[in-house]
Amino acid sequence: MKKTIFAGFGGQGVLVMGYVFATAVMNDGKETTYLPAYGAEMRGGTANCTVAVSDEEIFSPVASSPDYVVVMNNPSMIKYESVVKPGGIIFINSSLVSKELSRDDITVFKVPSSAIAKKLKNERISNMIMLGAFVEKTKITSLNSIMDALAENMKGKSANLIKLNRKGLDKGAEYVSQGA
Amino acid sequence: MDKRIVSARAVPRALLSVLILQLRFIVDKKVLMRGSHVIGEAAARAGCRFYAGYPITPQNELTEYMAESMDRLGDGTFIQAESELAAVNMIIGASMSGARAMTSSSSPGISLKQEGISFLAAQELPAVIVNTMRGGPGLGNIAPSQGDYFQATRGGGHGDYRTIVLAPASGQELADLTRTAFEYADSYRTPVLILGDGMMGQMMEPVVFPDPVDIHKLAPKPWILDGARGKRPSRIIRSLLLNPSTEEERNWKLMRKYEMISREITRAESYMTSDAHMVVVAYGTAARIAKGAVKRVREMGLKVGLLRPVTLWPFPEHNLKELSRYVKDFLVFEMSMGQMVEDVKISIEGRSDVHFYGRPGGIISTPDEVAKIINTIYHRRHLEED
Repeated sequence: MKKTIFAGFGGQGVLVMGYVFATAVMNDGKETTYLPAYGAEMRGGTANCTVAVSDEEIFSPVASSPDYVVVMNNPSMIKYESVVKPGGIIFINSSLVSKELSRDDITVFKVPSSAIAKKLKNERISNMIMLGAFVEKTKITSLNSIMDALAENMKGKSANLIKLNRKGLDKGAEYVSQGA
Repeated sequence: MDKRIVSARAVPRALLSVLILQLRFIVDKKVLMRGSHVIGEAAARAGCRFYAGYPITPQNELTEYMAESMDRLGDGTFIQAESELAAVNMIIGASMSGARAMTSSSSPGISLKQEGISFLAAQELPAVIVNTMRGGPGLGNIAPSQGDYFQATRGGGHGDYRTIVLAPASGQELADLTRTAFEYADSYRTPVLILGDGMMGQMMEPVVFPDPVDIHKLAPKPWILDGARGKRPSRIIRSLLLNPSTEEERNWKLMRKYEMISREITRAESYMTSDAHMVVVAYGTAARIAKGAVKRVREMGLKVGLLRPVTLWPFPEHNLKELSRYVKDFLVFEMSMGQMVEDVKISIEGRSDVHFYGRPGGIISTPDEVAKIINTIYHRRHLEED
């Protein structure tokens, strides 16, 4: 059983990240639950979702100590860095998160996903860059499964947009595999 | 509007609707879907063609889905009513005229629908009502809770009646039990309540849907008000029976029906109960957490099982009675201050000890937290026996 929290600003695509990831692992034949934070969420506010993945039945979809956390902004970093399970991994969007990690019992991967997205001329794919990095390091699913899930999710959208998102996934995976 | 235009459009539409039905339900593989959307899709597939509701969090996604699906099906009706009260009364009308009808809300809105539910029961009208429970009393909050158990199982509205209450605990069960709810409603001519909570409504899980039913092939309803047209005696569906002996007769008739329902549909899931010294009783979201806790304490060698009522009314009294022959401690775990625990006590009739643990207000316990409670109760008993 592996649990992940994706967190950031509303509008950064953190819910899409979790949704695409959960769809991919479902298609892989695993059990999964996706639980979004709901309520007074809005653009610019905070958003997060929890995805659980397991080979067996999943009981609680809530993660009090997640194995992995992906933080896309400072407020999420403050809220979630302390809850990561010891030995777990935190993925940080280092373009927007200035706060340094205050513990040494977890692994950290800093990915300047907003900056990479800017280079690809579309800041909105920052989430896919992060997801690419996340999948490359955790290996819970494959980049191919993510690509398929993404294409399914983007049915009806332009081919260029799908291509751009795919490129984002690749760039993110590439960035962390180079040992950055 | 010119009548000829209506009929000219209606003919191809009727022909198309069969085709559309096939086309609109092509999703037959496993999909990842939000609980509220699952209920909506399952309702449409169960032949629901009338939905009325009024918005409230955390179940707006169901209303949203019905708005889309009733339109997409071509022969469905969606109404955003001016109030919860209006919505439930629209369901009464739709049901009288023969449609499979549904309304939904969350706790405070369900309180407003109680009068209508009582009328549905009195008039023996099939209907499905979905309650996505949130923290209460009053407006409370929008977090998941199980505070409406009393309201759901004790009638909620006035008068001598019962409602079938189904408590799904997973996305797949939402799909399956929504179908079941419409079937029970029709076959027993009674309102059926689907009792979920904010988490069941918002969480996404993989789901495979049952095939859509053809509404033209559903069993005919020889009691509906579809116009006598001078060809048969008029039918009257009423709740007002001023003559006490007539009202008594109706109450006896309802009671016989409720007894039949209790015999026929009571359902519960047992998990590792055959050798258990202790059994946790929980439903819905709480049952998922309890199952996680049971699995954990089993790994430590504790003989603990879980009984999960799927029907809250009729309550699986018999299952508990059987268990109480060899189970010494029952722990009822609810996301409330203790409501179902009363039904457990009634079922066990003092043969075993009944303990309770609950977190109200929208707090979701962790399996570890519940495992600790199980541990304490379990070991106290073992110390006593050593």
